[in-house]
Amino acid sequence: MDKRKADSNNYTTSINNTNVHMLFWTAAWLASMVLAAYGPRLIWDFATLQTILGVLFNLGVGFGMILSTKRHVQTLDELGKKIFLDAAAITLGMALVCGISYELLEDIRLISGEPQISFLIVLMSLTFMASHAAGHWKYR
Amino acid sequence: MKNRLKVLRAEVNWTQAQLANALQVSRQTINAIETGKFDPSLKLAFKVARLFELGIEDIFQDEAAS
Repeated sequence: MDKRKADSNNYTTSINNTNVHMLFWTAAWLASMVLAAYGPRLIWDFATLQTILGVLFNLGVGFGMILSTKRHVQTLDELGKKIFLDAAAITLGMALVCGISYELLEDIRLISGEPQISFLIVLMSLTFMASHAAGHWKYR
Repeated sequence: MKNRLKVLRAEVNWTQAQLANALQVSRQTINAIETGKFDPSLKLAFKVARLFELGIEDIFQDEAAS
């Protein structure tokens, strides 16, 4: 067996590269979201063309983020994919179940305010992080 | 599924990290396979077998069959 092959570290390098790309696209998406949300009010005084361009830019960067996440998952080894898929499945289930229940709360007048999408996004983020960490803990 | 990965790795005096690099997977994956927490795919099992120049059934055994 070739000992040199065992000392090269392509897998870790690939994962680190896709992690950096994913981090870059996520940061860019957040920045474009801030621009699309506050640009009309603070920079271009609700001018229609700039507002549409801001939203389109946000969508474009969002798709870039999705593709970088897809590339990252494709780079993972099979255990990494399993942990990611388990976490994604739990997150999707939580978002569906809790999202619909939360929306129902207003309909049946248990809460007075309009349900906020941001609560759902926070729930999804926390669920994914917890499930992902639990997966790594399980196979440590 | 039982396996002899830890024994085979010890025979060639490799660390988990070295075996992981040779197979292009994470060290966590090697550890999970060795401790029986995770069963590798057929593709990875073949890769392991090729690396150690053995047959798959010389490394991995189905517990239900034994």
